[in-house]
Amino acid sequence: MRVYLDHNATTPVDPAVRDAMLPFLSGDFGNASSIHTPGQQARAAVETAREQVAALIGAKPQEIVFTSGGTESDNHAIFGCLFPSASSISSASLDHESTPRVITTAIEHEAVLNSCQELERRGVAVTYLPVHRDGVVDLEQLRAAIRPETALITVMHANNELGAIQPIAEIGKIAREKGIPFHTDAVQAAAKIPIDVNVLAVDLLALSAHKFYGPKGVGALFVRAGTKIGPFLFGGHHQRGFRPGTENVPGIVGMGKAAELARLALDADSQRIAVLRDRLERGLLSQIPDSRVNAARAPRTPNTTNISFAGIEGEALVIALDLRGIAVSTGAACSSGAVEPSHVLTAIGLSAAEARSCIRFSLGRHTTEAEIDFALRAVPEAVSQLREISPAYRKPASAR
Amino acid sequence: MPSATQFDALPERAETQRGLIAVAMSGGVDSSTVAALLLEQGHPVVGLTMQLWNQRRLPELQGPGPAQHRCCSLDDVYDARRVAQHLRFPHYVVNLESQFEERVVRPFVEQYLSGRTPIACTNCNNDVKFEPLLRMARQIGAERLATGHYARIRRHPRTGRCELLRARDGTKDQSYFLWGLTQEQLSRSDFPLGELTKEQVREIARRAELPVAEKPESMELCFVPNGNYVQFIQAYSREAGISLAEQEGEIVNEDGAVIGRHSGVHHFTIGQRKGLGFAAGKPLYVLAIDAAKNQVVVGDDSALRTTSFAVEDVNWVSVEAPHTPVRASVKIRHKHEPAPATVEALEGRRAHVTFDSPQRAVTPGQAAVFYDADVVLGGGWIR
Repeated sequence: MRVYLDHNATTPVDPAVRDAMLPFLSGDFGNASSIHTPGQQARAAVETAREQVAALIGAKPQEIVFTSGGTESDNHAIFGCLFPSASSISSASLDHESTPRVITTAIEHEAVLNSCQELERRGVAVTYLPVHRDGVVDLEQLRAAIRPETALITVMHANNELGAIQPIAEIGKIAREKGIPFHTDAVQAAAKIPIDVNVLAVDLLALSAHKFYGPKGVGALFVRAGTKIGPFLFGGHHQRGFRPGTENVPGIVGMGKAAELARLALDADSQRIAVLRDRLERGLLSQIPDSRVNAARAPRTPNTTNISFAGIEGEALVIALDLRGIAVSTGAACSSGAVEPSHVLTAIGLSAAEARSCIRFSLGRHTTEAEIDFALRAVPEAVSQLREISPAYRKPASAR
Repeated sequence: MPSATQFDALPERAETQRGLIAVAMSGGVDSSTVAALLLEQGHPVVGLTMQLWNQRRLPELQGPGPAQHRCCSLDDVYDARRVAQHLRFPHYVVNLESQFEERVVRPFVEQYLSGRTPIACTNCNNDVKFEPLLRMARQIGAERLATGHYARIRRHPRTGRCELLRARDGTKDQSYFLWGLTQEQLSRSDFPLGELTKEQVREIARRAELPVAEKPESMELCFVPNGNYVQFIQAYSREAGISLAEQEGEIVNEDGAVIGRHSGVHHFTIGQRKGLGFAAGKPLYVLAIDAAKNQVVVGDDSALRTTSFAVEDVNWVSVEAPHTPVRASVKIRHKHEPAPATVEALEGRRAHVTFDSPQRAVTPGQAAVFYDADVVLGGGWIR
């Protein structure tokens, strides 16, 4: 049996999504910017997709910009806000009297975190808000970090490693009171929990299709009408010049279809998946001594659980489980597939050794009860195999 | 409805694979061929590639664009993965960057700055490669680790002790770098290339149609781009906050007379002739490096010859530490032809080596390895 429990890394393209995309590869291959009939067909399909994506998050279609994925969407939101006009790319010409500031958190995805670090190199001051032990940002600390020069707040909606959901609506309210543009990376929240950009009061929101059964290489950025933001890429007049580049029509159509499926299935999916996730979590905790769920008390996405198994190396457990047919991860995947210590787990107060002992299970639309039962047999077995030769694990003296 | 995705079409994995062997894969032809050989012999195999050094760490040493064709570069990781895909066995990357920096790179730089000439590969074998890879192998259910080293392991029929031997192909022999292995490590290691020549290995690689069959050999130290140690040491020291400010010093002759200046002891190694930076009437060689005084001592080639020297951190790899002096062929650097000597084991993992005839350029920081014919008796660091 093969069990895929790594849906926060990526998801399979839903067959209905694939079917929707196929005509736009060879048959209806037109360039959505062309005047002629093939181009018009492509344009119509792109605009349908824009409506579908907008509907998933309660936005207007004209507020949706298609991108190459979550990373581009985040970069565009951040750099587009800080450097809103084409002539102000260097820090010397920032249109602020004093050093502009950005507020973010210590647990962002690298797409935001490394963008913020680049901002710092360009002379922007960045505040990285700490999080509670449960992986949630503190609103009072956020409030206290706001300065007159604060040019952007960017806080992720749901954390990729923990599933912890941030108080986005509350932050949105604060940001709006202060008149500060607010971006959220909702890549891990979309299609797992309901999103309404108006309830959340966000100005910018990043999405990635492949996290919700769409294709890889396509994403979207919601830009609230009136937000002061410039282009991030420069080129032709596509998407009003705001995001030039020939539209990835099959990808965009796929994202639209995936968004539609997600919107229709959201309630049923999330309830069913939460039941399976809870069953997995309870089963593992009861079978495996010295195991603990991270961010257990935070509101979490229904599909994610991050568990530390004291004394094991998460990297070895991922491999041992893969050899048993179960795909999980220790956190964010990186380029070579090698594992680096997680900044998220250290941000919630885990020591380096504790952080290394964590495994993320993320369930999906296709996860079955039989698969969870398979995992409930294989994981305890693998953990005890690892602990037997772990120098770091001593069986507890008291009987458990 | 997972069947909707073809995910099930991936090969099934047995819950525990009997006789599973882990192969340490660098992405080169040697270790890739090891995997091919073991599979041919019917062993289930899992590939492990160490991520040791981030090639972007010292950007000033890089040309523009992505790092290419270096050990530990992503290219090599991907090469290993391509081989695993081609031969259809599981392959994983193990991140050992922090251990590598702490136990290989930093000591390498510090040794150079203290006037010694270190061998990073031995440090890596001793302190990075075998221990964590074997641990990882065992954690994932493999009891043995195979590597692409050219060397042999034999179990002594009477004592049961594992012996480390030179490779059959003397020109490729890497036993000089392996003297630090423990009995535990040797007993769980396999060196399937020990009986083969490089040409035979290439032939097996071609026959198995490995994508790396024609890949050129890497001769340089994996973390030093372009083989430029001096540049690396300076860049690393700057980044690590190791002061190089007071590195400039004197070049003196054997009588202590100052005959020139140098820009840092890390530019020099014992026996070096070139790069002394001044013209003398006769060829001069580096005889000694005194980091405390920041002096480089130069003199005639004849003064480079030494008969006896001390060795520390000795590991008697194939035998018990001898109680009386033993005869051995001793090799004092990778390219040195082993010379007959007497080796006396001393307290505190030390030894004293006395050559029958003087040898050129005994260099602190290099390893002295003691051989009895093909058997590596032991080795240690030249003090």
